[in-house]
Amino acid sequence: MKPAPFAYVRPGTLEEALEALAADPGAKVLAGGQSLVPLLSMRLAAPSRLVDINGLPDLDRVRTDADGVRLGALARHADVLADADAGRVQPLLPLALANVAHATIRNRGTTVGSLVHADAAAEMPVVLRLLGGSVDVASVRGRRTIAADDLFAGPLESTLDHDEIAVEAFFPALAAGAGVGFEEIARRHGDYALCGVAALVERDGDRVTVARAGYLSVCDVPTVVDLTPALDDGLDDATLDAAADLALDALEPADDIHATADYRAQLARVLTARVLRAAYDHAGSRRAA
Amino acid sequence: MTTKLFGTKVNRVEDQRFLRGRGRYVDDVLPGPTLHAAVLRSPHAHARIRAIDVDAVLDIEGVHAVWTYDDLTGAMAEPLPLLIPHPTLTHGRTQYALAKDEVNYVGEAIAFVVAEDRYVAEDALSAIVVDYEFLPPVVGIAAARAATNLVHDDVPGNVGARMEQENGDARAAIAAAPHTLTLDLDIERSACMPMEGRGTVARWDPDSARLQVWTSTQTSTGVRAAVAAKLGLDLGQVDVITPDVGGGFGVKINHPWPEELLVPLAARTLGRPVKFTEDRREHFISSAHERAQVQHIEVGYDDEGRILGLDVEFWHDHGAYTPYGLIVPIITSTQLLGPYKPANYRVVFESLYTNTVMVTPYRGAGRPQGCYAMERTMDAIAKDLGKDRTEVRAVNFIQPDEFPYEHGLVFQDGRPLTYDSGDYPASLEKIKKLVGWDEFEQFRAEMAAEGRRVGIGLACYVEGTGVGPYEGAHVHIETSGKVKVATGLTTQGQGHATAFAQIVADELGVRFEDVEVVTGDTRRMPYAVGTFASRAAVMSGSAIHLAAKRAKEKALRIAADALEASVEDLELAEGKVTVRGTDTSIDLGTVAVLSNPLRYAFDEASKAATQFSVGDPGKPPVAEDDEPGLEGKDFYSPERSTFASGMHAVIVETDPLTAEIRILKYAVVHDCGHLINPMIVEGQIHGGVAQGVGGALYERMAYDESGQLLNASFMDFLMPYASEVPESIDIDHLETPSPLNPLGIKGAGEAGVIPSAAVFAAAIEDAEGFPITAMPISPSELFALRKRHAPVVEEVAQRPSRNSSVEEPRDEASRNHPTRSTDR
Amino acid sequence: MTEETHDVRLHVNGATYDVSVPPRRLLSDALRHDCGLTGTHVGCEHGVCGACTVLVDGRPTRSCLMFAVSAQDTEITTVEGLTNPDGSLGPVQQAFLECHGLQCGFCTPGFLTTITAGLAENPSPTRDEAREMIAGNLCRCTGYQNIVKAVERAAELGSAT
Repeated sequence: MKPAPFAYVRPGTLEEALEALAADPGAKVLAGGQSLVPLLSMRLAAPSRLVDINGLPDLDRVRTDADGVRLGALARHADVLADADAGRVQPLLPLALANVAHATIRNRGTTVGSLVHADAAAEMPVVLRLLGGSVDVASVRGRRTIAADDLFAGPLESTLDHDEIAVEAFFPALAAGAGVGFEEIARRHGDYALCGVAALVERDGDRVTVARAGYLSVCDVPTVVDLTPALDDGLDDATLDAAADLALDALEPADDIHATADYRAQLARVLTARVLRAAYDHAGSRRAA
Repeated sequence: MTTKLFGTKVNRVEDQRFLRGRGRYVDDVLPGPTLHAAVLRSPHAHARIRAIDVDAVLDIEGVHAVWTYDDLTGAMAEPLPLLIPHPTLTHGRTQYALAKDEVNYVGEAIAFVVAEDRYVAEDALSAIVVDYEFLPPVVGIAAARAATNLVHDDVPGNVGARMEQENGDARAAIAAAPHTLTLDLDIERSACMPMEGRGTVARWDPDSARLQVWTSTQTSTGVRAAVAAKLGLDLGQVDVITPDVGGGFGVKINHPWPEELLVPLAARTLGRPVKFTEDRREHFISSAHERAQVQHIEVGYDDEGRILGLDVEFWHDHGAYTPYGLIVPIITSTQLLGPYKPANYRVVFESLYTNTVMVTPYRGAGRPQGCYAMERTMDAIAKDLGKDRTEVRAVNFIQPDEFPYEHGLVFQDGRPLTYDSGDYPASLEKIKKLVGWDEFEQFRAEMAAEGRRVGIGLACYVEGTGVGPYEGAHVHIETSGKVKVATGLTTQGQGHATAFAQIVADELGVRFEDVEVVTGDTRRMPYAVGTFASRAAVMSGSAIHLAAKRAKEKALRIAADALEASVEDLELAEGKVTVRGTDTSIDLGTVAVLSNPLRYAFDEASKAATQFSVGDPGKPPVAEDDEPGLEGKDFYSPERSTFASGMHAVIVETDPLTAEIRILKYAVVHDCGHLINPMIVEGQIHGGVAQGVGGALYERMAYDESGQLLNASFMDFLMPYASEVPESIDIDHLETPSPLNPLGIKGAGEAGVIPSAAVFAAAIEDAEGFPITAMPISPSELFALRKRHAPVVEEVAQRPSRNSSVEEPRDEASRNHPTRSTDR
Repeated sequence: MTEETHDVRLHVNGATYDVSVPPRRLLSDALRHDCGLTGTHVGCEHGVCGACTVLVDGRPTRSCLMFAVSAQDTEITTVEGLTNPDGSLGPVQQAFLECHGLQCGFCTPGFLTTITAGLAENPSPTRDEAREMIAGNLCRCTGYQNIVKAVERAAELGSAT
């Protein structure tokens, strides 16, 4: 299990990195490498060149303001998780990040890298999508912003072009009166989840004005479902069950060696109820505070 | 015998090097500028090889050589040895070091490349072109039994062996019994999965025409004999050294692996040291697995649950080849009996070929399957009679006054299955107390009031340990007073250097720190068997004890001469021989000097020796029946195995919604006779339990129909982390010493893993109320079972999802059949 | 075709190693083969088992998921660097010895580095935090109970110094 040969550049500026990437159609970007390197070692991928962006300046920053949290391409999961400001402005970040693999992987893996790896079993892509965030990408041709809804093209496939580097991700702040929840169930602690659900609930008093849930590991791409209609009559066991029904209409759980589709659907049902309630309570507690 | 250290917790001496990063595992061995090997392995489960084109390989810079079957000659071109033949193994088959004409599992070795480093060697593999003709693969026991396709053309029905043993007339007894029931059980594959895979380094020394081999094995003497035979070398030309081994658990007792022959061959051919280090994917597809069996049990019993007749039929999946013979199914068929004495017992098994990785012993070696069959039967009888599960077990126990107990069967070592000692009723009392058996119904009610679902399970086992034929030891007291001990079997983490030093320090009255133990080096002890079957402490421990006694006898004899005292008046303590009750003494090191008539005064001990005179001046300096040096060598060869035993109990909680399975309490009562080092024994139990948890709840080999292993990585083969094992394990020991060896010890290495499938199945069944007949079990499978049994289970919290409400029960659900029970 | 190599300066356990490696050389292999620090073990080469864990700038990192060329300008600590300056066992090592936290020893270096960093961050972990601290490392021998005890014992030893 050793990688095939590749050429390597470690540019000192973003411009050099973009040029290196543009110059070689077989090149790939190396950031945290926690998903890429195993693929290389198993020879499931064999890029001709790695453009190591770990030497680029300023990309490791986590910037938080009232609008939300901006993560540079080299911000490690662990740094974002430990960033109190980021967690205050968008509490779903630490809730979800605590479930990303194990601590050692979070030390090196980058959140932006995880987004553009576009794994439907990963936590952060669905979080970005649930929150309506975006990713800024750069290439020698210029810069553009990709909304989360437009980022995921298919299994392990983002809509970035080959010559583009994701330089920053934006997670909007949690609105006043809104709450979030996150829970996942994995076979082993730290594994990719069999099913995970993130929820965002906005309340007006006891009334639910917005309820959305994001699902990982139950579809080919990170999937967000609007569950607001199910909770028109408030939030109780019956409406939560209805919300789960609504969600399952939109999901396509599949069999794999760890779980049947039927079991995944059950987990989606159970977790939907749990995280909606958690998000609802969270919204209430924020309003009270 | 002074028992100062025996039986006490002594911190391990080997830990010093491991903790400093100075362990020496095979991949750390670098005997000069070394080349590295990689192996091309079959991507297909069953195919004929039409042609192999290696032309492109040698053009790759850094590649030194490539071998395919056509390059092998002499014994290397013959199939690998069938290590343990058996008369009923009528169709034994082994693979070639490199595949000849046909491949029979994904992972079978086809070509061997040697290059400057492993990276380049792997590059070269992708340049080899193999032309395959696909053959239909046989995957799983059902396909093997159906025999629509054959793994080997010349093995009808895919049956490698059919074996039957009977004590009494089981079928007649069942026919006449007041109650009978039938169970169909299923258990899947797992694997040893040591953290260090296999690995071999070899160096050919042209000056002395000798081969040195370092290999990660459980038997250095076995590998040595195999390498010599296959390479056409004299045994004396081959040294095999087992360095630190990063776990074995059985997989490294099989030998020789293809690479254990190809690496030495390459080293001799190329005149450079060569190394092969197996990577994780290779370990999954090219080493060995174990466990898979399908079992059919018929049992007849009386009103008390006493078994009158037990008739067991099982089908054992042994994979593509049978290098290790029938050891695993024979152990299942005999050790299935556990602590019980069914009046009549018949067992029949078929050992079947499939196009999957071969099966050789994994810790427990067939016992977990046997225990599962027997303990599930006990639970089913109890349920049928409405009795407490411990009561049914108790009426079937062999009683303490019945030892030695003969089962009327032949064990794995070819000897009668005879238990030496044990006290099963006492163990049962201990485990009930330890787990809180009698208080459980109250606990269940309390939990139910909180909406929580719990269950309790119990499983008992007996384990034949310390199988022969022998082990030997050499004890050498140096003139410094330090003691060098060698025994031939190998070490994979069991702390032999500590436990064996405890035995020697006690026997010789020397400081523990002054005893150094070497294992697995054929230069130091060329006669040895290996470390497997929980035999090291019993076999080498006893041999070392005997060898130390011999050294002690000689020391006392020489000291008596030197001190002009009689042997009976001498005692050995603190590194000295002292005349009892006086302050007249002589250092053991000085005795060592005196034992050797060649006395250049190199050191203080030699000078000190000049004040003494020993030997008869009228005789030669080395007497006819003597040898120079203060050494002892002896072998221990028991008549038969010694039988350890134990009982495990577990309380589990199953989530009503998600079907997750949580362990609330795990209790172990363990009887391995006298304990040399309780800390090490408990460590073995902890590790065994963790592997058992893995095997029962997490691990399986997920083969698809085409014979591809879908989970050949640590991502998808779910070995437990700390988060998946019980937070603590309550352990109680019972010590019924073995009468078969001088230390009264029994083996402990495998015990922890034996009852797992049985005990978890029992506890989950108890929590859920429906039969659990297929293991391992995942939450997904438990969820499917709940649906299947929904009409009989109350308060089922889930309901079918819209997407799948019309689905047929899934395959995995149908693996768990309800128990059929008929009263007459 | 000759593979390109890069000159890389690795700082390991306070020493400097100038190595020339192809870009694909994993940090684990560079430490073991180029620096001769064979205490770091390779158990899976896909980042799951944790045996190869080293500290990179003080943080536990899978050395099999990093290329040596990327480790330029970092401070690396391996198991060989965990002993006290006087050569005695460091607190985590000592705790493993006392608690029988290892058997075959192959996974041990990854646990030792992980716990060393974990205790630096959280010097007195609860039982649950101790379990969580080691929950990303696989061990096939010990069943982990004694490793958890060793974390707690190391915390005691660490607070005593």
